[in-house]
Amino acid sequence: MLNKNALKTLLIVVPLVTLAACKSGPSEAEMEAEANRQAEVAAQQVADAKASADADAKRVEVAKADALQKAKEMVENEKAKLVAQNVVYFDFDRASVKSDFHSVLDMHAAFLVKNAGQSIVIEGHCDNRGTPEYNIALGERRAKSVETYLMNAGVSSSQVSVVSYGEEKPAVQGGSEYAFAQNRRGIVVYQ
Amino acid sequence: MTTWIFKFSSKKLNIVAAAAALLFFNFQLSAATNEIIITGGIESARPIGVVPFKYLGNSTLPENLSDVVASDLQRSGKFNPSKLSSMPQFPTTDTEVNYAAWAQKGVDMVLVGSVETTGLNQFLVTFELIDVLRAQATGGQAKTLENGKLVMTRDHVIEKRTKTINGSDFRQYAHIISDIVYEKLTGERGAFLTRIAYIKVLDRDTNPKPFRLVIADYDNVNPTTLLSSPEPLMSPTWSPDGNTLAYVSFENKRSQIYLQDIYTTSRTRLTDFPGINGAPNFSPDGKKLAMVLSKDGNPEIYVMDLQTRNLTRITRNRAIDTEPSWTPDGKSLIFTSERGGKPQIYQVNLATNRKSRLTFEGEMNLGGAVTPDNSQLVIVNRTRGDYHIAKQDLKNGDMLVLTNTYLDESPSISPNGSMIIYSVLENGIPALAWVSLDGRFSFKEPVADGEVKSPSWSPFLL
Repeated sequence: MLNKNALKTLLIVVPLVTLAACKSGPSEAEMEAEANRQAEVAAQQVADAKASADADAKRVEVAKADALQKAKEMVENEKAKLVAQNVVYFDFDRASVKSDFHSVLDMHAAFLVKNAGQSIVIEGHCDNRGTPEYNIALGERRAKSVETYLMNAGVSSSQVSVVSYGEEKPAVQGGSEYAFAQNRRGIVVYQ
Repeated sequence: MTTWIFKFSSKKLNIVAAAAALLFFNFQLSAATNEIIITGGIESARPIGVVPFKYLGNSTLPENLSDVVASDLQRSGKFNPSKLSSMPQFPTTDTEVNYAAWAQKGVDMVLVGSVETTGLNQFLVTFELIDVLRAQATGGQAKTLENGKLVMTRDHVIEKRTKTINGSDFRQYAHIISDIVYEKLTGERGAFLTRIAYIKVLDRDTNPKPFRLVIADYDNVNPTTLLSSPEPLMSPTWSPDGNTLAYVSFENKRSQIYLQDIYTTSRTRLTDFPGINGAPNFSPDGKKLAMVLSKDGNPEIYVMDLQTRNLTRITRNRAIDTEPSWTPDGKSLIFTSERGGKPQIYQVNLATNRKSRLTFEGEMNLGGAVTPDNSQLVIVNRTRGDYHIAKQDLKNGDMLVLTNTYLDESPSISPNGSMIIYSVLENGIPALAWVSLDGRFSFKEPVADGEVKSPSWSPFLL
């Protein structure tokens, strides 16, 4: 591949050579200068070709990095979407995952299966009815039922751990039905 | 100069008396007692006149003895101390008491006393407990036969003591006076020289370490924070010698059981098993700790030997088992189990491992503990959706609901078995409440600067 500089060089060099040919013949100094010039041109061509190849390689690299970045961003976006819907709610004194939350947990499961390096902690929480110690047990049962759901959907047990906070970390303070309902929850926390 | 010291635990009651007192006496207010809201049962309490102790001196007293005594007696639910405004007189000694005047007011017991400065930070405290009706009957001079001779006695003075105390011991000595009065008049040991431990939770949005482990005198005076944590603290419980607390901490983002010396504040992590490490409870001899661990799959009761750290598994089933509590003889555990479907109280004999169900009334029963005399089971009972503290007679099985507050939990029995401290929801915020074991007398503390929950009453400390 000839580039513009090489063409320019040829356009200048060819008439000069022609002019010189009109003379009785090139002197030795002229011959040497010409040889040097040609060597320079050749070297320039090699250098140009290399720079071009380097640029190409760089372009590929950048494109690769871009793609990786995009994929990562997609994962992060997906994760952010999941983190925004990481709470499932339970009925009073129950620990079974309600069907309303199957689709949300399916999304988490699909993501975790795709991203086997991602680990999560499932927190189990309760409303403040009943004793704190009983609620620790109930909160663990809730967290474990979320864990079981995710594992049934293919998530590896090595990605999941559970902790129960019972009634110790309410989302909403107080003794209203609304507060109770908001506090009976399982949370999928990405690590 | 003579100074009379008054302090009112209920400010509303005594404004008239305070105004009257101001006219005659130098008036001194101290923050000696916490305000309480009596929620029931004062009519069943016995009247007693706790007359302000006369101070023979002119420095400022560190604490108001008679006020602490009156507060103690009122909190026991067994006594109704007279208001200052209804006292007929302010005597200092038995000889100054106008028996008829007190009797006319319906007050048959009077406590009088004085405080005298005897040296630097040294005070001589004298008190007399007087049976007004006996004094009226004998005219203050009873005649009894002693070695065949008729002698004069003053048997209407039930107790008279004189003791020199340090300025820093006033409050403690006031509780001792209360214990003496209480035991003389009820026949039962007083529990005024005891402490409570509880968990306090400050605003979680503004405090980096909102979870606090606190100990205080039994009346929640002199609160001391033993530990502050960014993560929840739970289930404080006293060792039988009153020196150590066991509790659960989430400071490492999972539950672990710790032991902490309340005097040196040094602590040790006792357990760090996978899953739940919870509900610690010392055996009566202090050598073992019952606890709940879910390391083998689901919550089970274990007993740990505190010296060897060896674990013995007590329960084994797929249901929740939790809240172990020793019977006074140390031979069995009471616990909560869902093995019958809903949480109910069971008892396991530790020698035979035989288990039996104790509670059947209501939808659920949780958090059981047996009274020191082994006669009653104190529980959290759920009936028609309401959670209340209840007791069940261990002989005939009769159950009696004791409280009418909201979302009652975490009952803990005083070491003399007369009162129960527990946690209620007060305008949506957990607060402390007390109820007598007969259910007649109850009071609660107004909400202060945070949630207060999981109270635990200490053993006798002297």
